[in-house]
Amino acid sequence: MDTLLNISNLSKSFPGVKANDDISLHVNKGEIVALLGENGAGKSTLVKAVFGLVRPDSGTITIKGESIAYGDTAAAISHGVGMVHQHFQLVPVMTVTENIILGDEPHKGMFLSMKAARQEVIELSKRHGLEVDPDSVVEDLPVGIQQRIEILKALRKDIDLLILDEPTAVLTPQEIDELLEVMRNLAASGVGVLFITHKLREVMAVADRVVVLRNGKLVGATTPSETDEEGLAQMMVGRNVVLQVDKGPAKAGEVVLSVENMTVKDSRGHEAVTNFSLELHAGEILGIAGVEGNGQRELVEAICGMRHRTTGTVKVAGVVAPDMDPRQVHLMGVSHIPEDREKDGLVASYSIADNLILNQFNLKPYATKGIRDFKVRDAYAEKLVEEFDIRTPSFENLASSLSGGNKQKVVVARELTQDLKVVVAAQPTRGVDVGSIEFIHNQLVSARDTGAGVLLVSAELDEILSLSDRIAVMFGGKIVAILPGEGADRQYIGRLMAGLTE
Amino acid sequence: MQRVFGSINIKSWKFLLTAAVLIVWIYCYVANGDVTNSVVASGMRFGMPLALASMVGIMCERSGIVNIGIEGTMLLSGFTGFYVASYTKNIIIGLIIAILTGMLTSFVHALMTIQWQMDQIIAGTIINILASGLTSFLYKEGSTVPNTWPIFDIPILSRIPFIGHAFFSQQGPIQYFGLILIPAIWVLIYKTRWGLRTRSVGENPGSADTAGISVIKVRMINVVLGGAIGGLVGGFICLELVGSFSKEFTAGAGFTALALMIFGRWNPMGAFAAAILFGLAQALSTQLQIFGVNNIPNQFITLLPYVFTILVLVFSAGKVRPPAAEGKVYKKEEA
Repeated sequence: MDTLLNISNLSKSFPGVKANDDISLHVNKGEIVALLGENGAGKSTLVKAVFGLVRPDSGTITIKGESIAYGDTAAAISHGVGMVHQHFQLVPVMTVTENIILGDEPHKGMFLSMKAARQEVIELSKRHGLEVDPDSVVEDLPVGIQQRIEILKALRKDIDLLILDEPTAVLTPQEIDELLEVMRNLAASGVGVLFITHKLREVMAVADRVVVLRNGKLVGATTPSETDEEGLAQMMVGRNVVLQVDKGPAKAGEVVLSVENMTVKDSRGHEAVTNFSLELHAGEILGIAGVEGNGQRELVEAICGMRHRTTGTVKVAGVVAPDMDPRQVHLMGVSHIPEDREKDGLVASYSIADNLILNQFNLKPYATKGIRDFKVRDAYAEKLVEEFDIRTPSFENLASSLSGGNKQKVVVARELTQDLKVVVAAQPTRGVDVGSIEFIHNQLVSARDTGAGVLLVSAELDEILSLSDRIAVMFGGKIVAILPGEGADRQYIGRLMAGLTE
Repeated sequence: MQRVFGSINIKSWKFLLTAAVLIVWIYCYVANGDVTNSVVASGMRFGMPLALASMVGIMCERSGIVNIGIEGTMLLSGFTGFYVASYTKNIIIGLIIAILTGMLTSFVHALMTIQWQMDQIIAGTIINILASGLTSFLYKEGSTVPNTWPIFDIPILSRIPFIGHAFFSQQGPIQYFGLILIPAIWVLIYKTRWGLRTRSVGENPGSADTAGISVIKVRMINVVLGGAIGGLVGGFICLELVGSFSKEFTAGAGFTALALMIFGRWNPMGAFAAAILFGLAQALSTQLQIFGVNNIPNQFITLLPYVFTILVLVFSAGKVRPPAAEGKVYKKEEA
């Protein structure tokens, strides 16, 4: 078989971390290789080095036998490498056509020829069966379409190697299936595909080979036929991982959270949640499934007092919760694991200990008459770091020094160790590795078992399916269906998430 | 339909403003043609340096670099341009030196902000303080230039009724050149490859980088080109409009230009229109002083253009959307 990409002995350090440590791997023509690993295992760094976005410290990268200069994106592109990035690299205010042609624009002299560009985009989109409107402005399009634009961008040049960095994180199940199909077609036409993912199901479905990284080192290579999802998880984490959440039946009690006819606007002033009603019982996990951008964020923020409600009420255990007063809502017994931990969950420049008491630093016993008591804080922090397995040399370290999974554990530790009536968990395991996911899931289940109502909002259908006692599917700012968690049909929910009712 | 009475649509708002200006203009023209013509022409003369100065801001900010050093750039290049012209007795050499000074000053700005990733506001402030200190220190009284650029009418165009007198007569060559340069910058930004790349770098440098565009190169060139225009304005004021160098002659024009750029939505034609409007307000206040409106103190009449700027900014603020990556340092490698 023809070797397309060959990486040998590649190393790259960032201050304080060895992101890639002596990694060697290859991708053959027409082969799909999955790159698997926990957060911070060095997957993104590795593929960025191939694409010239990161300059390796040592090692060689060759494509079709020719070695590539370090840190030169243009050279990588001219050698037939295309990349779809984890964070979309699109210019939101520009049109689809402008985004796709950027960097190699059809032109007459110094002038753009937009007619030719538009025609090219239409043909490209037809050729690969990825439908886009060439004249739409990117920021108005749903993420699934934005992803398509990214792929078209990569496919525009005749590429030999396509790199996909967590391409499925924001897609619906149907969109994921379509994407996997696109990958198979490309491989069949001789393109080598290297893709990064967290989702073991996709690896099993599409990969020819699997390469696993852990702490910057290559720890193993296998094929889907030689292993199963449990086996892959074990290779990633280095220990046994239970993927299935172990939980007993729910003992639902009285209503702890009720939302009545609530309407909320998003930051651009459009209605994001429309006439929304919901009841959450004590002792149950209610999962809200849905593709991102269907009002989940606004729903969560409105419940937690972080966003203005245009109409409607929110009641916590029968008492009306105030609008736009997160502290008061918190004091009423609502804890909030926010979707964006960096922005809403932590103060990065505070110590881990301070972050752990961020919602009660001014209350007894952490402070008396406005003077803080650091002994109490330290004892509490020490206990939580131990209990929640937050991996850090000291609780005095800054929150910014933690990895994503450990940051999330700090947020979870803070939010789940108080007397709670309601837990609102938004994307609680986003960007968190398999080991930490297992831990956070168990914490949510135990919060449920101690009598709290858990509202779980997640774009990960697997997470919803494995945790929820009831599942509400949200589309276009409304709940389109509520189903029992037991025996819920994945495909059916996927269709509901995409707005199909039949 | 419900949007008609809701938020004012920016397009209709612009349309109303243009219509209002036109109506006032026609009314005045009918009432007193000569005075109106001269007010409009001097509005052009006041507005053009500001319009060109705001092009400096547009070139920089479209590529993501905030340049508050326009003031200093103009001051320095006016200074060198004037004294070189005075020494060599040649205003063409003076203008060339002014443009080169502008480019050099901006290159220093680019070096600080792009290469050394310094805060852009601080870099601009450094340039302003440096320019002000240096020119005041080296300033010598009594220098003169042999002549200023000639003032002439453009044949045929100046005979167009109504607008001919305002745009195409009794101006110097740089003034006329501005009428070509500003649309040319508009074409550059919206219709060329370079413009598309510049805008992408200003909006999302990451996406430009992954498309194989050198963010640093695009920013460097735009900032330096902007500096050339800044130098041109400095030379324009000292060698054509005024014909001399005086301390701090820019008097905040660089900052006014930035306000006009924002008002014009980072669009060259928009900024041009805003600058002309501002120039008209200034011309009008001068004219009112000449007429001697008895019961209003002069100071208040002189305030007119500034009140106008504040009002315009207040009413247009909130709807503006600057280039998304403006003012942010682009680091290629992030873990």
